[in-house]
Amino acid sequence: MGTNIYSTPLKVALFIPCYVDQLYPETGIATLQLLEKLGCEIHYQQNQTCCGQPMANSGFQHLTKDLDQQNQSYFEDFEYVICPSGSCTLHLKEHVFEGKTKVYELCEFLTDVLKMESLEAKFPFKVGLHQSCHGLRGLQLAKSSELVSDRFSKIEPLLNMVEGLVISYPAKIDECCGFGGTFCVSEEAVSAKMGQDKAAEFEAENVDVITSADMSCLMHIDGVLKRKKSKIKVMHIAEILNGAVL
Amino acid sequence: MKHAELAKKLTNDTARTDWHNNSIWWQREKRDKAAFGIPDWELLRSTGSAIKDHVLDNLYDLLLEFEKNAILNGIKVHWAEDIVEHNEIVHSILAMHKVKKLVKSKSMLTEECGLNPYLEKYGIEVIDTDLGERIIQLRHEHPSHIVAPAIHLKREEISDTFHECWGTEKGNSDPQYLTEAARQSLRQDFMTADAALTGVNFAIAETGEYVVCTNEGNADMGAHLAPVQIACMGLEKIIAKREQMSVMLRLLARSSTGQPITAYSSHFKKPRKGQELHIVLVDNGRSTHIHKPKFRASLKCIRCGACMNTCPVYRRSGGHSYHVTVPGPIGAILAPNKDLKEYSDLPFASTLCGACSNVCPVKINIHEQLYDWRQEIGMAGHVETSKKIGIKAMNFVLSHPKVYDIGSKIGKTAISILPFAVNNSLNPWYKSREMPEFPKESFKDWYKKNR
Repeated sequence: MGTNIYSTPLKVALFIPCYVDQLYPETGIATLQLLEKLGCEIHYQQNQTCCGQPMANSGFQHLTKDLDQQNQSYFEDFEYVICPSGSCTLHLKEHVFEGKTKVYELCEFLTDVLKMESLEAKFPFKVGLHQSCHGLRGLQLAKSSELVSDRFSKIEPLLNMVEGLVISYPAKIDECCGFGGTFCVSEEAVSAKMGQDKAAEFEAENVDVITSADMSCLMHIDGVLKRKKSKIKVMHIAEILNGAVL
Repeated sequence: MKHAELAKKLTNDTARTDWHNNSIWWQREKRDKAAFGIPDWELLRSTGSAIKDHVLDNLYDLLLEFEKNAILNGIKVHWAEDIVEHNEIVHSILAMHKVKKLVKSKSMLTEECGLNPYLEKYGIEVIDTDLGERIIQLRHEHPSHIVAPAIHLKREEISDTFHECWGTEKGNSDPQYLTEAARQSLRQDFMTADAALTGVNFAIAETGEYVVCTNEGNADMGAHLAPVQIACMGLEKIIAKREQMSVMLRLLARSSTGQPITAYSSHFKKPRKGQELHIVLVDNGRSTHIHKPKFRASLKCIRCGACMNTCPVYRRSGGHSYHVTVPGPIGAILAPNKDLKEYSDLPFASTLCGACSNVCPVKINIHEQLYDWRQEIGMAGHVETSKKIGIKAMNFVLSHPKVYDIGSKIGKTAISILPFAVNNSLNPWYKSREMPEFPKESFKDWYKKNR
């Protein structure tokens, strides 16, 4: 399974976002198992809760001082903090750790630190890749469509290591899915329309599964798909890389 | 009414929302094509950004330099502190010349100042000469986009308006036919106007001239015929040197409409023989705005509209949902400078996706300012009470790991962290989306058992 360029196990701390803990434990489990298989020594601080973004993006960052301090103290001793969410990673990076602790989104860590080149996983399906905004434009996990620069992606090569997997993109290759945290309820009409448009673009590509480095976007797209009684499933990229079966 | 409610005027009509989304996305695609034609596009953006940063750092000196050179050129320079002064100055010039009819090319500043209704009160007929602006003027509407003010209208609707106002053939919505009708009508207005007013895209300090960009030549038609010419500009429209136009014009046209250059980029430097040329420099809050370190960069805006065209929210909610002169992402960071409470909804009319900052030709950090404005609004207490209570409850649970864990066991934590985790018809999530399924155990519980 996989490759690890480091001879001694890398000591890494897991940051599991609140909604992954509560709603999508399988994403957290896949992240943990994948990193273990790649030879990392995993530490999971069990008092952790949330990065603070739901409050901060609603205009209440001034209320999250206690939470920010908790997060700073839980993770300050680790060289690598890994989080299976581009959005939470970005918030921790820009508004909580502010350079003092290094936090990586999972794919970013696999690509930039572990420099993973192969993987034993099989997923013989057409997979739609949703590029979440915070991962894409915030963490620069890939080139966004607006920028005039060379194309790159830290996600696509990982999926290409999976046997049988075919990647497909929606027509608007990196438009927001419309989740946006509390935006999804405070701007219900626009948010839902964005989700419906996103789901329709993936349906037009005849994908079997939609994946992303952010489960919150997938939760939103899934909510729309289920309302339409669509057969398309959503799955966090960690699960596919960890050898999930459909 | 706030943005979320106003957006429904468009979103309630799905077919129209799709049409609006697609026609604006087409603008974004044209921008992409034009931008990708320049391999050094990102360098051009950085250069444009640096030019405008320099303007903000040296605004006082540049304005005085501009004034000095403009006066030497024979331009009469006026300073207006606010909307009232601006409107009074324009009116006094027109009154002095007994102007009955004013032709006006596109100017978001005079929209900001409400100039048209002000002058009409004094019996002055104001004719907007940009085609899109003329259309919405006939319909008594406001612009929905800063570059394409009538982009929210279908040509059938424009046909109806022209039929009612000008007696064009009913039901004929051929663009060529409609444009010709507007041309004939506007031609009469140009010929009979007593004065012409234009906006300003760039005012050049070193030469005392200013530049107006149009695709229809309407600013030129007005300015070249009328005996009195007035240009109105916000203080931030200044740039230092004429050579910098080579950067700014390329950025503006490509970002705005996907053209390599606008059809007319007219430099006005001195009055024609026998003509009077006035320029009104308007502050209206800008000199306060420039002293807000987190928000001053929004004054770099060159009004290209690219952020609107790329914005997934704007495309689906329409310009009028922003209830302010400049809509879209840039409008949402400009408006709170004027009135934080009145426009407290606008920084939240975004998913913070960041596409706006990526297309901005002068690299304004729009999405970061949206985030920062949210903090200002939160601290000032301008958030709805229900949201405030929900957020405080959420923060309490998340700041207390023990409360979080106990809640997790009884299925309460998920509900308090998700603003939409109630399965009923009052839940805005559930209106169009199914709820996520709740798992048997949390990740933390799984971890305790398995590691």
